[in-house]
Amino acid sequence: MEEIVIKTEKLTKRFGNFIATNEITFEVRKGEIFGFLGANGAGKTTAMRMLCGLSLPSSGAATIAGFDIYKKTEQIKKNIGYMSQKFSLYEDLTVLENIRFFGGIYGLTNAQLKEKSEQLISKLGLQKEAKKLVASLPLGWKQKLSFSVAVLHNPKIVFLDEPTGGVDPVTRRQFWDLIYEAADNGVTIFVTTHYMDEAEYCNRISIMVDGKIEALDTPGNLKKQFDAQSMDEVFYKLARGAKRAD
Amino acid sequence: MQAITVSNLTKVYGKEKFVAVKGISFTVEKGEIFGLIGPDGAGKTSIFRMLTTLLLPDGGTATVDGFDIVKDYKKIRSNVGYMPGKFSLYPDLSIEENLNFFAAIFNTTVAENYHLIKDIYIQIEKFKDRRAGKLSGGMKQKLALCCALVHKPTVLFLDEPTTGVDPVSRKEFWEMLKRLKEQGITIIVSTPYMDEADLCDRIALVQQGEILSIDTPVNITQSYPDDLFAVKSGNMSSLLKAIKGYQEKESGYAFGEYAHVSFKKNTVTENEIKDQFARQGISSIEVKKTPATIEDCFIKLLQN
Repeated sequence: MEEIVIKTEKLTKRFGNFIATNEITFEVRKGEIFGFLGANGAGKTTAMRMLCGLSLPSSGAATIAGFDIYKKTEQIKKNIGYMSQKFSLYEDLTVLENIRFFGGIYGLTNAQLKEKSEQLISKLGLQKEAKKLVASLPLGWKQKLSFSVAVLHNPKIVFLDEPTGGVDPVTRRQFWDLIYEAADNGVTIFVTTHYMDEAEYCNRISIMVDGKIEALDTPGNLKKQFDAQSMDEVFYKLARGAKRAD
Repeated sequence: MQAITVSNLTKVYGKEKFVAVKGISFTVEKGEIFGLIGPDGAGKTSIFRMLTTLLLPDGGTATVDGFDIVKDYKKIRSNVGYMPGKFSLYPDLSIEENLNFFAAIFNTTVAENYHLIKDIYIQIEKFKDRRAGKLSGGMKQKLALCCALVHKPTVLFLDEPTTGVDPVSRKEFWEMLKRLKEQGITIIVSTPYMDEADLCDRIALVQQGEILSIDTPVNITQSYPDDLFAVKSGNMSSLLKAIKGYQEKESGYAFGEYAHVSFKKNTVTENEIKDQFARQGISSIEVKKTPATIEDCFIKLLQN
Protein backbone atom coordinates (compact mmCIF):
# COMPACT_ATOMS: atom_id res chain seq x y z
CA MET A 1 0.00 0.00 0.00
CA GLU A 2 1.18 3.50 -0.75
CA GLU A 3 2.37 5.51 2.18
CA ILE A 4 0.02 8.26 3.38
CA VAL A 5 1.94 11.38 4.44
CA ILE A 6 -0.94 13.78 5.16
CA LYS A 7 -4.11 12.55 6.78
CA THR A 8 -6.83 14.79 8.15
CA GLU A 9 -10.11 13.87 9.79
CA LYS A 10 -12.80 16.56 10.22
CA LEU A 11 -10.09 19.16 10.75
CA THR A 12 -11.71 22.40 11.93
CA LYS A 13 -10.59 25.87 12.95
CA ARG A 14 -12.92 28.42 14.52
CA PHE A 15 -12.22 32.07 15.17
CA GLY A 16 -15.05 33.10 17.54
CA ASN A 17 -18.25 32.29 15.69
CA PHE A 18 -16.48 32.12 12.34
CA ILE A 19 -15.60 28.65 11.06
CA ALA A 20 -12.60 29.29 8.82
CA THR A 21 -11.93 25.61 8.08
CA ASN A 22 -14.92 23.34 8.45
CA GLU A 23 -14.40 19.59 9.00
CA ILE A 24 -12.02 18.90 6.15
CA THR A 25 -11.06 15.26 5.61
CA PHE A 26 -8.51 14.11 3.05
CA GLU A 27 -5.34 12.08 2.50
CA VAL A 28 -2.23 12.79 0.45
CA ARG A 29 0.12 10.03 -0.68
CA LYS A 30 3.91 10.06 -0.73
CA GLY A 31 5.32 11.66 -3.87
CA GLU A 32 1.98 13.05 -4.90
CA ILE A 33 1.52 16.57 -6.27
CA PHE A 34 -1.59 17.74 -4.47
CA GLY A 35 -3.27 20.99 -5.57
CA PHE A 36 -5.11 22.79 -2.79
CA LEU A 37 -7.44 25.23 -4.53
CA GLY A 38 -10.18 27.57 -3.43
CA ALA A 39 -11.46 31.11 -3.75
CA ASN A 40 -9.92 33.91 -1.68
CA GLY A 41 -11.31 33.58 1.84
CA ALA A 42 -12.30 29.92 1.43
CA GLY A 43 -10.02 28.89 4.32
CA LYS A 44 -6.93 27.60 2.48
CA THR A 45 -4.38 29.61 4.43
CA THR A 46 -5.93 28.66 7.78
CA ALA A 47 -5.86 24.98 6.79
CA MET A 48 -2.28 25.23 5.59
CA ARG A 49 -1.14 26.90 8.83
CA MET A 50 -2.60 23.99 10.78
CA LEU A 51 -0.96 21.41 8.52
CA CYS A 52 2.41 23.13 8.99
CA GLY A 53 2.09 23.03 12.76
CA LEU A 54 1.76 26.81 13.06
CA SER A 55 -1.80 26.93 14.34
CA LEU A 56 -3.65 24.46 16.57
CA PRO A 57 -6.98 23.11 15.28
CA SER A 58 -10.22 23.72 17.19
CA SER A 59 -11.33 20.15 16.58
CA GLY A 60 -10.69 17.14 14.37
CA ALA A 61 -7.48 15.20 13.87
CA ALA A 62 -4.53 15.10 11.51
CA THR A 63 -1.10 13.60 11.09
CA ILE A 64 1.64 15.13 8.97
CA ALA A 65 4.52 12.87 8.00
CA GLY A 66 3.22 10.55 10.70
CA PHE A 67 3.27 13.21 13.44
CA ASP A 68 0.21 14.34 15.36
CA ILE A 69 -0.84 17.89 14.55
CA TYR A 70 -1.64 18.75 18.21
CA LYS A 71 1.28 17.23 20.03
CA LYS A 72 4.21 16.99 17.62
CA THR A 73 4.32 20.39 15.95
CA GLU A 74 8.11 20.68 16.31
CA GLN A 75 8.70 17.33 14.60
CA ILE A 76 6.29 18.38 11.86
CA LYS A 77 8.28 21.56 11.24
CA LYS A 78 11.50 19.55 10.92
CA ASN A 79 9.97 17.23 8.34
CA ILE A 80 8.37 19.77 6.04
CA GLY A 81 9.51 22.59 3.78
CA TYR A 82 7.54 25.76 3.17
CA MET A 83 7.66 28.57 0.65
CA SER A 84 5.27 31.33 -0.27
CA GLN A 85 5.17 34.12 -2.79
CA LYS A 86 5.39 36.72 -0.03
CA PHE A 87 8.15 35.57 2.26
CA SER A 88 10.78 33.29 0.93
CA LEU A 89 14.37 34.38 1.35
CA TYR A 90 16.35 37.16 3.03
CA GLU A 91 16.76 39.87 0.42
CA ASP A 92 19.86 41.37 2.00
CA LEU A 93 21.74 38.11 2.26
CA THR A 94 23.50 36.66 -0.77
CA VAL A 95 22.34 33.53 -2.56
CA LEU A 96 25.00 31.47 -0.80
CA GLU A 97 24.28 33.02 2.62
CA ASN A 98 20.59 32.22 2.29
CA ILE A 99 21.32 28.59 1.44
CA ARG A 100 23.70 28.28 4.41
CA PHE A 101 21.33 30.08 6.75
CA PHE A 102 18.29 27.93 6.01
CA GLY A 103 20.33 24.74 5.77
CA GLY A 104 21.90 25.59 9.14
CA ILE A 105 18.51 26.16 10.76
CA TYR A 106 17.42 22.73 9.60
CA GLY A 107 20.50 21.21 11.20
CA LEU A 108 22.67 20.37 8.19
CA THR A 109 26.35 19.89 9.04
CA ASN A 110 29.05 22.11 7.56
CA ALA A 111 30.12 19.36 5.17
CA GLN A 112 26.52 18.80 4.04
CA LEU A 113 26.02 22.55 3.64
CA LYS A 114 29.09 22.88 1.45
CA GLU A 115 28.10 19.97 -0.76
CA LYS A 116 24.42 20.93 -0.98
CA SER A 117 25.06 24.58 -1.77
CA GLU A 118 27.49 23.69 -4.56
CA GLN A 119 25.02 21.20 -6.02
CA LEU A 120 22.14 23.63 -5.83
CA ILE A 121 23.99 26.58 -7.32
CA SER A 122 25.22 24.57 -10.28
CA LYS A 123 21.80 22.97 -10.83
CA LEU A 124 20.11 26.37 -10.97
CA GLY A 125 22.93 27.87 -13.03
CA LEU A 126 23.53 30.57 -10.42
CA GLN A 127 27.37 30.36 -10.34
CA LYS A 128 27.77 34.02 -11.26
CA GLU A 129 25.07 35.12 -8.83
CA ALA A 130 26.17 33.07 -5.81
CA LYS A 131 27.73 36.04 -4.05
CA LYS A 132 25.08 38.58 -5.08
CA LEU A 133 22.29 39.77 -2.82
CA VAL A 134 19.03 37.94 -3.34
CA ALA A 135 17.35 41.34 -3.76
CA SER A 136 19.13 41.75 -7.11
CA LEU A 137 17.68 38.56 -8.64
CA PRO A 138 14.60 38.58 -10.90
CA LEU A 139 11.46 37.25 -9.19
CA GLY A 140 11.44 34.00 -11.15
CA TRP A 141 14.99 33.11 -10.06
CA LYS A 142 14.16 34.01 -6.47
CA GLN A 143 11.25 31.62 -6.55
CA LYS A 144 13.29 28.79 -8.04
CA LEU A 145 16.00 29.37 -5.44
CA SER A 146 13.48 29.60 -2.67
CA PHE A 147 11.89 26.29 -3.67
CA SER A 148 15.30 24.63 -3.75
CA VAL A 149 16.05 26.02 -0.29
CA ALA A 150 12.69 24.73 0.98
CA VAL A 151 13.66 21.16 -0.01
CA LEU A 152 17.32 21.44 1.04
CA HIS A 153 16.82 19.35 4.19
CA ASN A 154 15.05 16.53 2.26
CA PRO A 155 11.64 17.15 3.82
CA LYS A 156 8.91 14.55 3.38
CA ILE A 157 6.43 17.25 2.33
CA VAL A 158 6.86 20.72 0.88
CA PHE A 159 4.07 23.29 1.20
CA LEU A 160 3.96 25.88 -1.59
CA ASP A 161 1.63 28.86 -1.14
CA GLU A 162 1.06 30.53 -4.53
CA PRO A 163 4.70 30.00 -5.50
CA THR A 164 4.36 31.27 -9.07
CA GLY A 165 2.24 34.43 -8.67
CA GLY A 166 3.50 37.14 -11.03
CA VAL A 167 6.23 34.91 -12.52
CA ASP A 168 6.68 34.97 -16.32
CA PRO A 169 5.30 32.02 -18.30
CA VAL A 170 8.67 30.49 -19.19
CA THR A 171 10.05 30.66 -15.64
CA ARG A 172 6.71 29.42 -14.30
CA ARG A 173 7.23 26.23 -16.31
CA GLN A 174 10.85 25.86 -15.18
CA PHE A 175 9.49 26.11 -11.65
CA TRP A 176 7.15 23.21 -12.36
CA ASP A 177 10.08 21.18 -13.71
CA LEU A 178 11.62 21.52 -10.24
CA ILE A 179 8.33 20.40 -8.67
CA TYR A 180 8.14 17.30 -10.91
CA GLU A 181 11.75 16.44 -10.13
CA ALA A 182 11.17 16.70 -6.37
CA ALA A 183 8.00 14.59 -6.65
CA ASP A 184 9.90 11.95 -8.66
CA ASN A 185 12.36 11.81 -5.75
CA GLY A 186 9.51 11.03 -3.39
CA VAL A 187 8.88 14.51 -1.95
CA THR A 188 5.18 15.16 -1.51
CA ILE A 189 4.08 18.51 -2.96
CA PHE A 190 1.18 20.44 -1.45
CA VAL A 191 0.56 23.53 -3.57
CA THR A 192 -1.93 26.39 -3.87
CA THR A 193 -2.29 28.42 -7.06
CA HIS A 194 -4.66 30.74 -8.85
CA TYR A 195 -3.37 29.60 -12.25
CA MET A 196 -5.84 26.98 -13.46
CA ASP A 197 -3.39 25.55 -16.00
CA GLU A 198 -1.17 24.66 -13.03
CA ALA A 199 -4.09 22.84 -11.42
CA GLU A 200 -3.81 20.46 -14.39
CA TYR A 201 -0.20 19.64 -13.46
CA CYS A 202 -1.30 18.22 -10.11
CA ASN A 203 -2.02 14.51 -9.58
CA ARG A 204 -5.07 15.36 -7.51
CA ILE A 205 -6.84 18.55 -6.54
CA SER A 206 -9.15 19.64 -3.79
CA ILE A 207 -11.36 22.70 -4.15
CA MET A 208 -12.46 24.53 -1.01
CA VAL A 209 -15.61 26.64 -0.86
CA ASP A 210 -16.64 28.49 2.31
CA GLY A 211 -14.41 26.43 4.59
CA LYS A 212 -15.33 22.99 3.20
CA ILE A 213 -13.71 20.74 0.63
CA GLU A 214 -16.41 20.54 -2.03
CA ALA A 215 -14.53 18.45 -4.57
CA LEU A 216 -11.47 16.21 -4.55
CA ASP A 217 -10.19 14.08 -7.42
CA THR A 218 -7.81 14.02 -10.37
CA PRO A 219 -8.16 16.94 -12.81
CA GLY A 220 -9.55 14.55 -15.44
CA ASN A 221 -12.21 13.11 -13.15
CA LEU A 222 -13.23 16.54 -11.88
CA LYS A 223 -13.80 17.73 -15.43
CA LYS A 224 -15.98 14.67 -16.06
CA GLN A 225 -17.84 15.08 -12.79
CA PHE A 226 -18.67 18.73 -13.48
CA ASP A 227 -19.15 18.28 -17.21
CA ALA A 228 -16.51 20.94 -17.88
CA GLN A 229 -13.94 21.54 -20.62
CA SER A 230 -11.30 23.02 -18.36
CA MET A 231 -10.33 23.30 -14.71
CA ASP A 232 -11.22 26.98 -14.96
CA GLU A 233 -14.80 25.94 -15.66
CA VAL A 234 -14.83 23.41 -12.80
CA PHE A 235 -13.54 26.08 -10.44
CA TYR A 236 -16.11 28.58 -11.66
CA LYS A 237 -19.01 26.14 -11.28
CA LEU A 238 -18.00 25.35 -7.70
CA ALA A 239 -16.81 28.68 -6.38
CA ARG A 240 -19.35 30.99 -7.94
CA GLY A 241 -21.88 29.92 -5.30
CA ALA A 242 -19.50 30.91 -2.48
CA LYS A 243 -21.21 32.96 0.19
CA ARG A 244 -18.12 34.24 1.91
CA ALA A 245 -17.11 37.52 0.39
CA ASP A 246 -13.41 37.96 0.61
CA MET B 1 -8.48 61.85 -29.78
CA GLN B 2 -5.90 59.80 -28.02
CA ALA B 3 -6.23 59.42 -24.28
CA ILE B 4 -2.55 58.56 -23.81
CA THR B 5 0.50 59.04 -26.01
CA VAL B 6 3.88 57.71 -24.97
CA SER B 7 7.06 58.40 -26.89
CA ASN B 8 10.48 56.91 -26.05
CA LEU B 9 9.65 56.91 -22.36
CA THR B 10 12.60 55.85 -20.21
CA LYS B 11 13.19 55.31 -16.51
CA VAL B 12 16.56 54.62 -14.92
CA TYR B 13 17.01 53.81 -11.21
CA GLY B 14 19.84 54.15 -8.75
CA LYS B 15 23.62 54.24 -8.81
CA GLU B 16 23.73 51.07 -10.86
CA LYS B 17 21.73 52.79 -13.61
CA PHE B 18 19.16 50.03 -13.82
CA VAL B 19 16.98 50.73 -16.85
CA ALA B 20 13.46 49.79 -15.76
CA VAL B 21 11.73 51.27 -18.82
CA LYS B 22 13.69 51.30 -22.09
CA GLY B 23 12.41 53.99 -24.44
CA ILE B 24 8.94 52.61 -25.01
CA SER B 25 6.25 54.17 -27.24
CA PHE B 26 2.51 53.49 -27.54
CA THR B 27 -0.85 55.22 -27.70
CA VAL B 28 -4.17 54.48 -26.05
CA GLU B 29 -7.39 55.57 -27.78
CA LYS B 30 -10.24 57.17 -25.88
CA GLY B 31 -12.70 54.66 -24.49
CA GLU B 32 -10.30 51.74 -24.93
CA ILE B 33 -9.36 49.03 -22.44
CA PHE B 34 -5.60 48.82 -22.92
CA GLY B 35 -3.64 46.06 -21.20
CA LEU B 36 0.01 46.02 -20.16
CA ILE B 37 0.71 42.30 -19.94
CA GLY B 38 3.91 41.09 -18.35
CA PRO B 39 5.50 39.44 -15.31
CA ASP B 40 6.81 41.09 -12.14
CA GLY B 41 9.76 43.31 -12.92
CA ALA B 42 8.69 44.02 -16.52
CA GLY B 43 8.41 47.76 -15.77
CA LYS B 44 4.63 48.01 -15.64
CA THR B 45 4.47 49.90 -12.36
CA SER B 46 7.17 52.36 -13.42
CA ILE B 47 5.16 53.13 -16.57
CA PHE B 48 2.01 53.68 -14.48
CA ARG B 49 3.80 55.91 -12.01
CA MET B 50 5.24 58.09 -14.76
CA LEU B 51 1.89 58.43 -16.53
CA THR B 52 0.14 59.34 -13.28
CA THR B 53 2.87 61.99 -12.66
CA LEU B 54 4.18 60.32 -9.51
CA LEU B 55 7.58 59.65 -11.02
CA LEU B 56 9.63 61.78 -13.41
CA PRO B 57 10.87 60.09 -16.58
CA ASP B 58 14.59 60.12 -17.43
CA GLY B 59 13.88 60.38 -21.13
CA GLY B 60 11.06 60.64 -23.64
CA THR B 61 7.67 62.29 -23.36
CA ALA B 62 4.09 61.34 -22.69
CA THR B 63 0.67 62.94 -22.57
CA VAL B 64 -2.48 61.95 -20.74
CA ASP B 65 -5.72 63.56 -21.90
CA GLY B 66 -3.58 65.88 -24.02
CA PHE B 67 -1.59 67.11 -21.01
CA ASP B 68 2.17 66.70 -20.69
CA ILE B 69 3.13 64.42 -17.79
CA VAL B 70 5.90 66.77 -16.63
CA LYS B 71 4.59 70.29 -17.28
CA ASP B 72 0.88 69.75 -16.75
CA TYR B 73 1.06 67.31 -13.87
CA LYS B 74 -1.54 69.14 -11.78
CA LYS B 75 -4.15 68.88 -14.52
CA ILE B 76 -3.46 65.20 -15.02
CA ARG B 77 -3.75 64.54 -11.30
CA SER B 78 -7.21 66.07 -11.14
CA ASN B 79 -8.40 64.17 -14.22
CA VAL B 80 -7.22 60.62 -13.78
CA GLY B 81 -8.02 57.81 -11.37
CA TYR B 82 -5.26 55.53 -10.09
CA MET B 83 -5.49 52.26 -8.27
CA PRO B 84 -1.95 51.22 -7.26
CA GLY B 85 -0.96 47.59 -6.99
CA LYS B 86 -0.32 48.01 -3.28
CA PHE B 87 -3.32 48.94 -1.11
CA SER B 88 -2.87 52.66 -0.45
CA LEU B 89 -6.03 53.95 1.23
CA TYR B 90 -6.12 55.17 4.82
CA PRO B 91 -6.33 52.04 6.99
CA ASP B 92 -7.65 54.00 10.00
CA LEU B 93 -10.56 55.54 8.10
CA SER B 94 -13.74 53.56 7.48
CA ILE B 95 -14.98 52.60 4.02
CA GLU B 96 -17.35 55.56 4.02
CA GLU B 97 -14.76 58.02 5.37
CA ASN B 98 -12.20 56.99 2.74
CA LEU B 99 -14.71 57.47 -0.04
CA ASN B 100 -15.88 60.85 1.25
CA PHE B 101 -12.28 61.93 1.71
CA PHE B 102 -11.34 61.12 -1.90
CA ALA B 103 -14.48 62.82 -3.19
CA ALA B 104 -13.70 65.93 -1.12
CA ILE B 105 -10.09 66.33 -2.29
CA PHE B 106 -11.32 66.20 -5.88
CA ASN B 107 -13.97 68.87 -5.11
CA THR B 108 -16.89 66.55 -5.64
CA THR B 109 -19.30 64.47 -3.59
CA VAL B 110 -20.07 60.78 -3.53
CA ALA B 111 -23.66 61.58 -4.53
CA GLU B 112 -22.62 63.42 -7.68
CA ASN B 113 -20.99 60.42 -9.36
CA TYR B 114 -22.75 57.68 -7.46
CA HIS B 115 -23.94 56.07 -10.71
CA LEU B 116 -20.31 55.23 -11.56
CA ILE B 117 -19.52 53.39 -8.34
CA LYS B 118 -22.97 52.10 -7.42
CA ASP B 119 -22.52 48.54 -8.79
CA ILE B 120 -19.30 48.11 -6.87
CA TYR B 121 -20.16 50.09 -3.75
CA ILE B 122 -23.35 48.18 -2.95
CA GLN B 123 -21.20 45.06 -2.54
CA ILE B 124 -19.28 46.63 0.37
CA GLU B 125 -21.88 49.12 1.65
CA LYS B 126 -23.01 46.99 4.59
CA PHE B 127 -19.47 47.23 5.99
CA LYS B 128 -19.24 50.99 5.45
CA ASP B 129 -18.34 51.68 9.10
CA ARG B 130 -15.49 49.16 9.10
CA ARG B 131 -11.94 50.49 8.96
CA ALA B 132 -10.26 49.97 5.61
CA GLY B 133 -7.28 48.27 7.28
CA LYS B 134 -9.59 45.56 8.65
CA LEU B 135 -11.11 44.61 5.28
CA SER B 136 -10.40 41.41 3.35
CA GLY B 137 -8.38 41.56 0.14
CA GLY B 138 -11.40 41.48 -2.14
CA MET B 139 -13.18 44.24 -0.24
CA LYS B 140 -10.07 46.43 -0.19
CA GLN B 141 -9.85 46.04 -3.94
CA LYS B 142 -13.47 47.12 -4.42
CA LEU B 143 -13.05 50.13 -2.11
CA ALA B 144 -9.88 51.18 -3.91
CA LEU B 145 -11.70 51.04 -7.24
CA CYS B 146 -14.55 53.17 -5.84
CA CYS B 147 -12.07 55.75 -4.54
CA ALA B 148 -10.31 55.87 -7.92
CA LEU B 149 -13.66 56.45 -9.68
CA VAL B 150 -15.44 58.85 -7.36
CA HIS B 151 -14.33 62.01 -9.21
CA LYS B 152 -15.35 60.62 -12.61
CA PRO B 153 -11.87 60.28 -14.10
CA THR B 154 -11.32 60.43 -17.84
CA VAL B 155 -8.62 57.79 -17.67
CA LEU B 156 -8.48 55.01 -15.08
CA PHE B 157 -5.08 53.45 -14.25
CA LEU B 158 -5.29 50.01 -12.65
CA ASP B 159 -1.97 48.48 -11.62
CA GLU B 160 -2.34 44.70 -11.23
CA PRO B 161 -5.86 44.87 -9.79
CA THR B 162 -6.31 41.08 -9.97
CA THR B 163 -2.95 39.77 -8.74
CA GLY B 164 -3.50 37.06 -6.13
CA VAL B 165 -7.25 37.13 -6.78
CA ASP B 166 -9.07 33.84 -7.42
CA PRO B 167 -10.45 33.09 -10.92
CA VAL B 168 -14.10 33.74 -10.02
CA SER B 169 -13.42 37.16 -8.46
CA ARG B 170 -11.14 37.99 -11.40
CA LYS B 171 -14.01 37.34 -13.81
CA GLU B 172 -16.31 39.59 -11.78
CA PHE B 173 -13.71 42.32 -11.74
CA TRP B 174 -13.37 42.28 -15.51
CA GLU B 175 -17.14 42.49 -15.88
CA MET B 176 -17.03 45.65 -13.77
CA LEU B 177 -14.36 47.07 -16.08
CA LYS B 178 -16.52 46.40 -19.13
CA ARG B 179 -19.37 48.37 -17.58
CA LEU B 180 -17.02 51.28 -16.83
CA LYS B 181 -15.83 51.25 -20.43
CA GLU B 182 -19.46 51.60 -21.52
CA GLN B 183 -19.58 54.81 -19.47
CA GLY B 184 -16.82 56.19 -21.69
CA ILE B 185 -13.91 55.84 -19.28
CA THR B 186 -10.55 54.93 -20.82
CA ILE B 187 -8.92 52.11 -18.88
CA ILE B 188 -5.27 51.14 -18.81
CA VAL B 189 -4.71 47.99 -16.79
CA SER B 190 -1.70 45.82 -16.05
CA THR B 191 -1.74 42.12 -15.25
CA PRO B 192 0.59 39.13 -15.04
CA TYR B 193 -2.29 36.80 -16.02
CA MET B 194 -2.03 36.10 -19.75
CA ASP B 195 -5.62 34.88 -19.99
CA GLU B 196 -6.86 38.37 -19.08
CA ALA B 197 -5.23 39.77 -22.21
CA ASP B 198 -8.17 38.56 -24.31
CA LEU B 199 -10.48 40.84 -22.35
CA CYS B 200 -8.62 43.99 -23.46
CA ASP B 201 -9.22 45.90 -26.71
CA ARG B 202 -5.49 46.16 -27.30
CA ILE B 203 -2.48 44.93 -25.39
CA ALA B 204 1.23 45.51 -25.08
CA LEU B 205 3.33 42.50 -24.05
CA VAL B 206 6.11 43.84 -21.85
CA GLN B 207 9.26 42.23 -20.49
CA GLN B 208 12.37 43.82 -18.96
CA GLY B 209 11.26 47.36 -19.73
CA GLU B 210 10.54 46.74 -23.39
CA ILE B 211 7.40 46.23 -25.43
CA LEU B 212 7.71 42.91 -27.25
CA SER B 213 4.50 43.25 -29.22
CA ILE B 214 1.53 45.59 -29.36
CA ASP B 215 -1.80 44.96 -31.10
CA THR B 216 -5.29 43.55 -30.56
CA PRO B 217 -5.21 40.16 -28.82
CA VAL B 218 -6.65 38.51 -31.95
CA ASN B 219 -4.00 39.99 -34.23
CA ILE B 220 -1.23 38.92 -31.87
CA THR B 221 -2.43 35.32 -31.64
CA GLN B 222 -3.10 35.08 -35.38
CA SER B 223 0.39 36.23 -36.23
CA TYR B 224 1.91 33.27 -34.34
CA PRO B 225 4.28 31.91 -36.99
CA ASP B 226 4.37 28.14 -36.31
CA ASP B 227 1.88 25.28 -36.42
CA LEU B 228 1.13 24.51 -32.81
CA PHE B 229 0.16 21.05 -31.57
CA ALA B 230 -1.51 20.11 -28.31
CA VAL B 231 -0.22 16.76 -27.08
CA LYS B 232 -1.65 14.77 -24.22
CA SER B 233 -0.56 11.57 -22.52
CA GLY B 234 -1.16 9.79 -19.26
CA ASN B 235 1.93 11.23 -17.63
CA MET B 236 2.91 14.88 -18.12
CA SER B 237 6.33 14.53 -16.51
CA SER B 238 7.51 11.79 -18.88
CA LEU B 239 5.86 13.51 -21.86
CA LEU B 240 7.86 16.67 -21.12
CA LYS B 241 11.07 14.63 -20.92
CA ALA B 242 10.28 13.05 -24.29
CA ILE B 243 9.63 16.49 -25.78
CA LYS B 244 13.03 17.68 -24.57
CA GLY B 245 14.69 14.91 -26.56
CA TYR B 246 12.61 15.47 -29.71
CA GLN B 247 15.16 16.67 -32.31
CA GLU B 248 12.83 18.37 -34.78
CA LYS B 249 10.98 20.43 -32.21
CA GLU B 250 11.17 24.22 -32.14
CA SER B 251 9.65 24.56 -28.70
CA GLY B 252 7.67 22.44 -26.27
CA TYR B 253 6.23 23.11 -22.84
CA ALA B 254 3.37 22.17 -20.53
CA PHE B 255 0.10 23.96 -21.14
CA GLY B 256 -2.59 22.84 -18.72
CA GLU B 257 -3.60 19.25 -19.37
CA TYR B 258 -1.73 19.34 -22.71
CA ALA B 259 1.81 20.09 -23.77
CA HIS B 260 2.19 22.58 -26.63
CA VAL B 261 4.79 21.65 -29.24
CA SER B 262 5.92 23.43 -32.39
CA PHE B 263 8.47 22.30 -34.99
CA LYS B 264 11.32 23.80 -36.98
CA LYS B 265 9.49 22.83 -40.17
CA ASN B 266 5.76 23.33 -40.56
CA THR B 267 5.38 20.04 -42.45
CA VAL B 268 5.24 17.70 -39.48
CA THR B 269 1.96 15.79 -39.29
CA GLU B 270 -0.07 14.65 -36.32
CA ASN B 271 0.67 10.99 -37.11
CA GLU B 272 4.42 11.57 -37.27
CA ILE B 273 4.26 13.19 -33.85
CA LYS B 274 2.24 10.29 -32.44
CA ASP B 275 4.70 7.75 -33.84
CA GLN B 276 7.69 9.66 -32.49
CA PHE B 277 6.29 9.71 -28.95
CA ALA B 278 5.16 6.08 -29.21
CA ARG B 279 8.76 5.11 -30.07
CA GLN B 280 9.87 6.87 -26.87
CA GLY B 281 7.45 4.76 -24.88
CA ILE B 282 4.79 7.40 -24.22
CA SER B 283 1.40 5.74 -23.94
CA SER B 284 -2.16 6.83 -24.81
CA ILE B 285 -1.12 9.85 -26.85
CA GLU B 286 -3.54 12.40 -28.21
CA VAL B 287 -2.27 14.97 -30.74
CA LYS B 288 -4.21 17.82 -32.31
CA LYS B 289 -3.50 21.17 -33.89
CA THR B 290 -4.39 24.06 -31.64
CA PRO B 291 -4.62 27.84 -32.09
CA ALA B 292 -1.97 29.84 -30.24
CA THR B 293 -2.99 31.77 -27.13
CA ILE B 294 -1.48 35.00 -25.84
CA GLU B 295 0.62 32.91 -23.46
CA ASP B 296 2.07 30.92 -26.40
CA CYS B 297 2.90 34.20 -28.13
CA PHE B 298 4.55 35.55 -25.00
CA ILE B 299 6.64 32.40 -24.59
CA LYS B 300 7.68 32.61 -28.25
CA LEU B 301 8.72 36.25 -27.81
CA LEU B 302 10.69 35.44 -24.64
CA GLN B 303 12.56 32.65 -26.42
CA ASN B 304 13.64 34.87 -29.32
